[in-house]
Amino acid sequence: MRAILRSMLYIPGNSPSMIQQAPVFGADSVLLDLEDAVALSEKDAARDLVAAFLKTLDFGGQVVTVRLNGADTPYFEDDLRAVIPCRPDAVRLPKCSSPQDVRSCDALMTELERKNGLEPGTVKLHAMIETARGLSNVQAIADCCPRVTALTLGGQDLTADMGVRKTREGTELFTARCLVALAARAAGIAAFDTVWSDVNDNEGLLEETRTVIGLGFTGKAAIHPGQVAWIHRAFIPEPGEVTKARRIVEAAEAAEARGKGVIAVDGKMVDAPIVTRARHTLEMARLAEEVL
Amino acid sequence: MGQENRRVLNSLGRSVPTFIDGLGAFDPYRGPWSRLEGGHERTHFAPPLKGRMPQGSKVTPSLRQAIEASGLQSGMTVSFHHHLRNGDALLMAVLNECEAMGIADLTVAPSSLTDAHEGVADLVRRGVVRQIHTSGVRGAVGKAISRGEVEVPVVIRSHGGRARAIEEGSVVIDVAFLAAPACDPQGNMTGALGPSGCGSLGYAQTDARHARHVVAVTDHLVPQPLRQVSIPQYLVDQVVVVESLGDASKIATGAARITRSPVDLKIAQDAYRLIAASELLAPAVSFQVGAGGASLAVAAFVRDHMRQKGIKGSWGCGGITGYMVQMLEEGLFEALYDVQSFDAAVCQSLARNGNHIEIDQSWYANPLNRGCVVHNLDVVVLAALEVDVDFNVNVMTGHDGVLRGASGGHCDTAAGAKLAIVVAPSFRGGVPSILDRVQTVVTPGETVDAIVTERGIAINPRRKDLAEAARAARLPVKEIADLKKEVEALTGVPERAEPDSDRVVAVVEYRDGTLIDSVFQVR
Repeated sequence: MRAILRSMLYIPGNSPSMIQQAPVFGADSVLLDLEDAVALSEKDAARDLVAAFLKTLDFGGQVVTVRLNGADTPYFEDDLRAVIPCRPDAVRLPKCSSPQDVRSCDALMTELERKNGLEPGTVKLHAMIETARGLSNVQAIADCCPRVTALTLGGQDLTADMGVRKTREGTELFTARCLVALAARAAGIAAFDTVWSDVNDNEGLLEETRTVIGLGFTGKAAIHPGQVAWIHRAFIPEPGEVTKARRIVEAAEAAEARGKGVIAVDGKMVDAPIVTRARHTLEMARLAEEVL
Repeated sequence: MGQENRRVLNSLGRSVPTFIDGLGAFDPYRGPWSRLEGGHERTHFAPPLKGRMPQGSKVTPSLRQAIEASGLQSGMTVSFHHHLRNGDALLMAVLNECEAMGIADLTVAPSSLTDAHEGVADLVRRGVVRQIHTSGVRGAVGKAISRGEVEVPVVIRSHGGRARAIEEGSVVIDVAFLAAPACDPQGNMTGALGPSGCGSLGYAQTDARHARHVVAVTDHLVPQPLRQVSIPQYLVDQVVVVESLGDASKIATGAARITRSPVDLKIAQDAYRLIAASELLAPAVSFQVGAGGASLAVAAFVRDHMRQKGIKGSWGCGGITGYMVQMLEEGLFEALYDVQSFDAAVCQSLARNGNHIEIDQSWYANPLNRGCVVHNLDVVVLAALEVDVDFNVNVMTGHDGVLRGASGGHCDTAAGAKLAIVVAPSFRGGVPSILDRVQTVVTPGETVDAIVTERGIAINPRRKDLAEAARAARLPVKEIADLKKEVEALTGVPERAEPDSDRVVAVVEYRDGTLIDSVFQVR
């Protein structure tokens, strides 16, 4: 399983022709959607289809997640009962508004894992923050359960809940993005940004992705396979940054080999968090060279 | 008759006839270069020289009178071009007129058959048409042939192969009926102007030079002199004016758009990456892509690359799309060689831009002339219906064995280009595209360098250099057998429709005139 998830590609759970192509677009992770992409009349069929694909399709090295229908819908429990035995890497719980929402979901997941012979906590939970209330409880949601390994921001629903218009510039989401990124970083978990909905404006997507990386997000959702490469592009470090990172990591490794704890690069002291960041930069540069 | 006894296995292990009643003797395919190496020569067929009295008129009042004056009789060969695409009304009008005049048993040798020619199937049943030579065949005609309704096997030729067959006299055209979108009373004509404008008349030029009798048919008679001449008057016997050459909306189709299919785009991107890895995308590169799905999308990636790196190519060729015209206008190519124009946007360019050069079918791809354009191609990107583990390509028959495609310039460009890439989705409608053995070989695997699918790139073992370059560029290179297995894990292995191998309904000529495969009657 990949450790770093720059992109998460949405795939409608009711489209076999799209699910079968999930592995080919180079996304770090895919999200099989049972919620908004699926009409009410197709909920059962989509659930069966996603479960069947989870059991049979080779997703390669991709992280596979499933977006459930909300806990307030009649589909939620059936979704979990169908999906958990297929052992996706994670499920995404939409409209998380309080730690209680997460705990209820966690309890049912634990029960289903036990029933299916899985270690409790095997399937991770990504909490989707897309209500004003969820946003105000975001740190508690991030901290409430070890199963939560990511926060994801749902921009469309959140702006609707806030009664504001979603704009290209995204000013209305600035505070929400800061809060979600901060809570995720504080909890030591991943943060995924909301989708860029204009599939014809990849330059805009690139710009927005660079902005949210700057705010602390670790990845971004894609609603079209063509967006994946643009999201990944935003994560490519500058060549100068890579050179510097390489020197820091080399110095750290040399110091380690000599049993020295303190490192200096270009006459400046370098501490552990900077070494960690340098390693991350090198990893991003390596991923950028990877062509699926 | 014992046709069965007159079949041999060619060098690809395909069973092909050595003699066909009504067509004569054929050699089996022996490799792509068997007639190019070693100074193969043969006589060039020439039509008769004919004088005309001065000051006479060539304009004939009706199609019927033109047919009468041409001397066309039952059992003769007529030809047409398919530059009017799905909008062509001329081929059916001429053949229907022939039927009304009691002319039967014709051999029809168009440059290709399109959707506009469905009626040929009925003309076969009524005995008007007895033999067919074509590049493409689809729909009702394809079905009729595949069911065995045409008594003499149909000959499928590539564009280059057709030019060769006409120039060497394997196909002798008695009367060529050439749709002329703009024509003057002396028979000077062009496809770049007029309400039925179609762009290049590249295929028609070959017919005009070799037919015993040439009839220009136009719906746009202009006074002499027509200043842009594709086919000159000295090749033309008669000029007929008709109300319309066909359905303009199907002649001048809109510019081909770049696909939005994520799978096609993924294939196109990887094909482009492979081209980049080959290092052929350098100054003075020459390039050809098809108009469909993933192929045209490759051009979009190549265009971005050339713009970003400031690379100026030498020429693009083939069927020309509006997209290639745009690249010419942006200065990414010095010139375009246009044997066939794919969309309306191309007409204006051909009419106005001196660097947009109309070429004939032989100049384009004839392997046995003294040098055709495709023999200097650097890169070509081609589509496929199915491919096999030996890299052979089928663009002719569907998985049910029925004829539904066109040979076109596929095998010509694959043979000529330094890098021939075939792009195809790894499966369509649940049916895998990579097989142990394609139903019909049109392009031999010996001339295909790589097959690009959305699930990986298979590189011909003959091209170890290319495989190394692709791996160095971190492209998803896979053994073709592994790729096939990966796809079959998704689709299963469908049972093939087994045709009746006792009855050959069509033969596929390789470009040099040898037989590369047979098409059998469907059960």
